[in-house]
Amino acid sequence: MSVDAFTLISRAQGSYVRAIDDGPIEDWPEHFTDDAFYTVTTADNHRRGLPAGVIWANNKAMLRDRISALKEANIYEPHAYRHLLGQPAILSEEGDTVACETSFLVIRITGNGPTDIFASGRYLDEYVLGHGTALLKQRVVVCDSSRTDTLLVLPL
Amino acid sequence: MSALNVGAKARNADMAARRWPADLSEVPYWVFQDEDVYRAEQKNVFHGQMWNYLCLEAELAEPGDFCATFIGEQPVLVTRDHDGEIYAFENRCAHRGSLLAMEHYGHAQNFTCVYHAWTYNLQGDLTGVAFEDGIGGKGGMGTDFCKAAHSPRRLRLANVHGLIFGSLNNDVPEIEEYLGQEILDCIERLLGGRKPVVLGRYTQGLPNNWKLYVENVKDSYHASILHLFFTTFGLNKLNQKGGIIVSPNGAHHVSWSAINRDAENREYYKDQGIRSDAEYQLEDPSLVDSFSEVGDDVTLQILSVAPGFVLQQIQNSIAVRQVLPTGVDSTDLHWTLLGFEDDTEDQQLIRLKQSNLVGSAGYVSMEDGAIGGFVQRGIAGASSEFATVQMGGKDAVSSESRVTEASIRGFWKFYRDAMGFAIEEDK
Ligand code: FES
Ligand SMILES: [Fe+2]
Repeated sequence: MSVDAFTLISRAQGSYVRAIDDGPIEDWPEHFTDDAFYTVTTADNHRRGLPAGVIWANNKAMLRDRISALKEANIYEPHAYRHLLGQPAILSEEGDTVACETSFLVIRITGNGPTDIFASGRYLDEYVLGHGTALLKQRVVVCDSSRTDTLLVLPL
Repeated sequence: MSALNVGAKARNADMAARRWPADLSEVPYWVFQDEDVYRAEQKNVFHGQMWNYLCLEAELAEPGDFCATFIGEQPVLVTRDHDGEIYAFENRCAHRGSLLAMEHYGHAQNFTCVYHAWTYNLQGDLTGVAFEDGIGGKGGMGTDFCKAAHSPRRLRLANVHGLIFGSLNNDVPEIEEYLGQEILDCIERLLGGRKPVVLGRYTQGLPNNWKLYVENVKDSYHASILHLFFTTFGLNKLNQKGGIIVSPNGAHHVSWSAINRDAENREYYKDQGIRSDAEYQLEDPSLVDSFSEVGDDVTLQILSVAPGFVLQQIQNSIAVRQVLPTGVDSTDLHWTLLGFEDDTEDQQLIRLKQSNLVGSAGYVSMEDGAIGGFVQRGIAGASSEFATVQMGGKDAVSSESRVTEASIRGFWKFYRDAMGFAIEEDK
């Protein structure tokens, strides 16, 4: 395994969770390629090969739309996430494409109040490495549980 | 008489002693808060004269396929046996009560209880008792033990265009009568003669009483007010026609809207009234590209069947939702997203894109996950107060306007009868 891929991906993932947890959230789609595939699904759907999940996007424009919808249209109680990520497990490297998997735990803080474990699972990723960058060409967010508490508006 | 029977009797008497307004537009808040009401609902509503949605026939494609679900809080198993028929029975061992199956959807040739290995066939008959004859002539069941007399209770079943409903109540009317012709027609419109395919499933935990979600589903008044996605991005369809249907017994409803062909010209499937003057626009407006779902102009059909079932068409996002109470102020909403066997690749792509409209992360439905909790928290300390549901009058009948709360009033009419509350005289 090349140290470079690992470093680039770790750096990208740190930046990814920072965009969601601490903002600006508009930076989140910038971690993806233009033709990226992003979905949030359940371990059960994933195991059964069912294509639909909680979020489904097949390009970066759809990810930007997620952000403008959550900023301009959707109504929900203010809350924030804190992502805790494991180390990426590099599964394969072919040319500039790297397949890897990372576990995550997301804690949700509602207003100033409850701190709850909101989601756990793993990212099934395909990164494209460029000059000092790693962009997601695919991120399948597989949540361990099929149950989401109340709603999911910030991405995972 | 057992202590439990005494408890149940006392609760029923307690319900009969509770006063409910004759005026359908008043809903007392205690109905969302009271532990005794919640307990009584299990018997009077979920096990009352109601048909409860269980699963899709398509989810039990092969003999041995099963679904472990619930009627209210009670676990039940739905199976397909080798005779091709669907059966359903309590998911509870006749010995000492353990669950027989834990997987939500699975496949089995029989069910063996993990505790003492009593075995049941796919129809729920007790077929084997471990060590029934003891060992070496010692122990074992008495000679008067009859397996046939010890099986979980079997449910009555009804199949409505592939939707499986079940009941443990012997007095519930036939499903056709229960639903009424108009509701049946709307189910047939969407599912008749089609083979649904499950695209995905998930559960949304709601921080509120189950009836607050049922009210929300039946509330055609809030749609364009709470859900701003379509308005914000200028995706509102112009010149729509629509209406609501309330079943004769008040219990079920349909809210629908359709493109008005008289007022609009061609091309609307591609570019459904996208206004160029909207302040915000989608970067990928293909999200709302649609095809005519069943060859007509209806783009929205939300259909509910009491106590807790929803069949949804929002453009080409088709789903069933099962509302399951898990406590006075907690509810699980099970979503199953559907396509159909003869969908083209393009059609499936449209369904997947539009899956973003619904569910826990749905652009037009995520608010429904939170609003019930806002009400549940809002009414704390107000158990002697009432909600007022007078929009569109005080009765519970069908209407051409969707700015009405008629189907909510219908639900309460049906519910208060099922619960056996004392109806107050008109003031
Ligand atoms: S509880 Fe099922 S076999 Fe004993
Ligand atoms: Fe809604």
